[in-house]
Amino acid sequence: MALDVGSSGDWDGRWRHVQKFLERSGPFTHPDFEPSEETLQFLLETCKILVIGAGGLGCELLKNLALSGFRHIHVVDMDTIDVSNLNRQFLFRSKDVGHPKAEVAADFINSRVPGCHVVPHFKKIQEFDESFYRQFHIIVCGLDSIIARRWMNGMLLSLLVYDDGVLDPSSIIPLIDGGTEGFKGNARVILPGMTACIDCTLELYPPQINFPMCTIASMPRLPEHCIEYARILQWPKEKPFGDGVALDGDNPEHIHWVFQKSLERAAEFNIIGVTYRLTQGVVKRIIPAVASTNAVIAGTVPSRENTALFAYVPLNNYLVFNDVDGLYTYTFEAERKENCSACSQVPQKLQFPPSAKLQEVLEYLTENASLQMKSPAITATLEGKNKTLYLQTVASIEEKTRPNLCKTLKELGLADGQELAVADVTTPQTVLFKLNFTS
Amino acid sequence: MADHKTNKDQRYDRQLRLWGDHGQEALENAHVCLVNAAASGTEILKNLVLPGIGAFTIVDGHRVSGEDVGNKYLKLSCRTVLLNRAQATTELLQELNTDVSGNFVEENPDRLLDNDPEFFHRFSLVIAVQLEESTCLRLGSVLWNAAVPFLVCRTYGLVGYMRLVVREHTVVESHPDNALEDLRLDQPFPELTNHITSYDLDNMEKKDHSHTPWVIIVAKYLQKWCREHDFQLPRNYKEKEAFRQLLREGIRKNENGTPEEEENFDEAIKNVNTALNPSKIPTAVEDLFNAEQCENITSQSPAFWVMVRAVRDFVQAEGRGSLPVRGTIPDMIADSDKFISLQNVYRERALQDAAAVSRHVESHLQAVGKLPECISEQDIRLFCKNAAFLRVVHCRALVEEYGVDTVHKDEITSCMDNPDSEMVLYLMLRSVDCFYQQHSRYPGVYNYQVEDDIVRLKLCVHSLLQEYGLTVNVKDDYVHEFCRYGAAEPHTVAAFMGGAAAQEAIKLITHQFVPFNNTFIYNAMAQTSATFQL
Repeated sequence: MALDVGSSGDWDGRWRHVQKFLERSGPFTHPDFEPSEETLQFLLETCKILVIGAGGLGCELLKNLALSGFRHIHVVDMDTIDVSNLNRQFLFRSKDVGHPKAEVAADFINSRVPGCHVVPHFKKIQEFDESFYRQFHIIVCGLDSIIARRWMNGMLLSLLVYDDGVLDPSSIIPLIDGGTEGFKGNARVILPGMTACIDCTLELYPPQINFPMCTIASMPRLPEHCIEYARILQWPKEKPFGDGVALDGDNPEHIHWVFQKSLERAAEFNIIGVTYRLTQGVVKRIIPAVASTNAVIAGTVPSRENTALFAYVPLNNYLVFNDVDGLYTYTFEAERKENCSACSQVPQKLQFPPSAKLQEVLEYLTENASLQMKSPAITATLEGKNKTLYLQTVASIEEKTRPNLCKTLKELGLADGQELAVADVTTPQTVLFKLNFTS
Repeated sequence: MADHKTNKDQRYDRQLRLWGDHGQEALENAHVCLVNAAASGTEILKNLVLPGIGAFTIVDGHRVSGEDVGNKYLKLSCRTVLLNRAQATTELLQELNTDVSGNFVEENPDRLLDNDPEFFHRFSLVIAVQLEESTCLRLGSVLWNAAVPFLVCRTYGLVGYMRLVVREHTVVESHPDNALEDLRLDQPFPELTNHITSYDLDNMEKKDHSHTPWVIIVAKYLQKWCREHDFQLPRNYKEKEAFRQLLREGIRKNENGTPEEEENFDEAIKNVNTALNPSKIPTAVEDLFNAEQCENITSQSPAFWVMVRAVRDFVQAEGRGSLPVRGTIPDMIADSDKFISLQNVYRERALQDAAAVSRHVESHLQAVGKLPECISEQDIRLFCKNAAFLRVVHCRALVEEYGVDTVHKDEITSCMDNPDSEMVLYLMLRSVDCFYQQHSRYPGVYNYQVEDDIVRLKLCVHSLLQEYGLTVNVKDDYVHEFCRYGAAEPHTVAAFMGGAAAQEAIKLITHQFVPFNNTFIYNAMAQTSATFQL
C-alpha cells in the first residue's frame, strides 16, 4: 500500500488524531470554542511558533509541535552538541557532536516531517529585538537558565501596548515555560500583562548553592569544598594553561587538572569522596537529566497551547511534576505580584539614608529576593547629564567607577526622589527606581 | 574497549548521576517487551532506548497506517508504510542508540498467547499499549503466573492511563526526597558518647569554641539538661524552647557582655527539632520485619528478605532496638578536623553495624545451605545505609481488579463522592472497553457515529456500574466527551505517558526509586493526575 500524498503534502488520516479535537464540540471546551475545519488550517498554515532552546526539552517540544500539526516553527539555541546530550536529545546523533543544536534539530524535523518548516537560529536570544519576537503567536521556552527566562519575560512585557491604560490583548504573546531537573519538572503558562510573570514568582526558584569563602579557603569539610578551592583559588593563581586562559568545564584536560588538585587538597584534610565525576559536576554545575522527565514536561506544554489557542479553558497556570516516589503532579494558579519589578508598572523604590554607600545599593539589588539581579549597572541624571555610577560588565568602566562604591549617595550628588536607571542581564529593558531618602 | 566505556560514561553522564553505575548495569542487562507499537508505545521505548536499555522486542501484527505516520515521533517516512509496524518501529528506534539490541515479532499478541505463551517468560518487563481488554487480561494472567512484571499503558483522547501489575517489587534505594538525618542524639552509641565527652566546651579557645560542630554542642547541652531533668529529653514545645535558651546562653560573650557571633551555635539552635527526633524504626520497616517472607527464610528467599531478616536480628541483638547506624552526617559549620573526626565516628560505627548484620546474613545463608558470597559485603552495606528507607510494593493481579467479588468498591465509591474525580475517567475507560466487547469497535471513531454512540456508551456505563454494584453518578458530560475522543491517540498525551511509563519501567528494572501502586490516571484537559489502588 503506497501513500497517496496530496498537494498539501498531506495523506489520508494524517491529522485524524488532531481533527477529533478541533472539529468536534465537547462538554468541556472553552465557551468561545467553535468546532471548525478552519482551525486545523490555521494550525497548519498560519500559526507561527517560536521554540527557545533545542536541548532536552527543546527536542521533545519540536517533535510534539511538528506531529501536532504546527508547521511554521522557529528555534533558537546558542549551543553546540555535546556527547552528554545524546542520552535524551534524540534529534542528535554521535556524528552531530560539535554542530549547532538549532541547525541539526531543524534539519532532522524538516527531513522527516513532510510539510513542516523549522527555521533554526544559532544565536543568543539577546541578539534579537522586538521586531523578531513580535511575529510569533506563541513562544515556548525550554531554557536552562533563570536569567534567560527573565530576559525573555522582559522582552514580551516590552511588546505590550496600552491604550489609555488598557492593555490591548492583541499585543499579548503567550509564553509557555518549562524546566526539568532529574525527576522533577514544571510547566507554566504566562500571558504577559495578565497573569503572573517569571519575576512575580522569583522566590519559587531555589537559590544556587555557593559555599562560603572561609570554608573553601581554610576549613574544607566536604569533597565539594576541595573542588571549589581548586577552581576558585588555585586556578587563577597558578594559571596552569597560560595567562588569561579561563577554566573551561568542557575541556577534559582542565577538569583533570582541577581533579588532581582537589585530590591533593582533600588528602591534606583527610576528606574522602573526590571523584572525577563529582569534580565535573561541581565545576560545570551539572544538573542530572533523563529523557523521561523531559518527555513528560514537554508533553504538557503543547496541551497548554491547544488550551490557550483553541479548545479548553486554560485552568490553573503552573504545574509541578515529580516522579521520585510514584508520580505526583500539582497544578496551581501562580499569582501576580502587585509590585513586581518586571510586570507591575509600579515604580520601584529604593529606600536608603543619604549616608548609605553605593555598595549597599548594589548589594540590595543583587540580594533582594524579588530582584535577584546579577551584575546591575546603575546610572543617574546628574547636572543634566547621564552619569554611570557603577558598571561591572566592562572591565575598564568597572575600574573607573569602582571608587563610587565607597562613596555615600549624598557624596555622589544624588537627591531625594531622584530616578536611578538600572540595567542588568535579567531584563532587556532598564528598570527605573525612585530613590527615597530615609533619615 | 576503554574508549567505548569512557564514551558510554560521557553519553550517560547525566543519568548516571541519578541511578549510578550499578543502576545503569541493571538497565543494560534488561530485555523489555512492547506489545503494540502505537504512538504511546513508541514513545515509551524511545525513553528506554535513549538511556541504554539492553534489549527490546516489539510484538505487533499491524501494518503501518496513514494515522501512524502522522502520529509517531519517529517520523516514519513514506517508504516505510510498506512495512509492518513492528519492523518499522524497531528500525527507527535502533537509530537512537546503537548499543541497544532491537527485535520484533510480526504477530498478533492473541495468536502468540494461543501458540506460545512462554514466549513472554524471558522478559524483565512487558509493556502493553492500547491493548484490548480481553487480550490484556489474558496476557496479565500469563505474566502473573510467570512472575514477570507487567505495565499496561493507554492513551485515550485526552486521558492517559497506566496500571502496574507485579507480585512483589523490593526497593533498597528509594532515594527519599526529604530524609531525616540519623544522628542518634536521643540515644548516643558508646563511641559517640566518648567523642562528645572528649570536648570541654567551657575551657576551649575562642576559635575552637566557635568551630565546634552543632551536633557536639547539642549533645553536650542535652547531657546537661538530662542531669537537671531526671534524664528526660525535652519533650514539648515549652521544653524545647527552654533548651534553645540554654544553648543561647552557651554563646561566648565579649568583655562588654554582648554575645559573640558564633554561627555554629546558631546552627545548633536552629536544629533542635531535628536533633530531638526520636531515633525509632519507621512503621514501614517494622511491617517488613513482621512479614512472612522475613520470618521464613528458605533457600528460595531473595537476597532482599535475607537481609531484612538479618537487620531484624541485628535490631534485636547488637542494635538494642535500633537500626544499623546510617553513617552520614550533614555538612555543618566547623573546622575540618572537628568535622572529619565527628564524621568518622558515625562512619566507623556504620561499618561495625554492617559487619554485625553481615554475620547474621551469613548464618541464615548457611542454615539454608547457601554460600556467604551469595550476598556481597557491598550489597549489605548499601542495604544497611538504606535500612530506614526500604520499600516493598505489591500491585495485585488484573483478575482481582476485574473480579466482581474482589473489586475495590470502597475506593471507587469514595473517590466518586467528587463526581469530577479522575476516578470517573477510569470508569469511562472500563466502559469503552465494554463498548468494544459489544460492538467490536470503540465509540465515536467516525463523525456519523458520535451521536448514536453516546446513547450506546451510556448503556455500557450503566451495565458496568450495575455489574459491580457501584452506586455512583457518572455525569453525561463524560459519556459525551469519551465519544468525542473517538479513541484518538493525540501525540502530546502519548508523549506524556511515554515519559511517565518509561520512568516507571526504569524504576522496576533498577530497583531504585519507588514505582506507583497501582493505577495512574492523567487528565490532559485539566492537567491533573491521580493514583489509585485498584
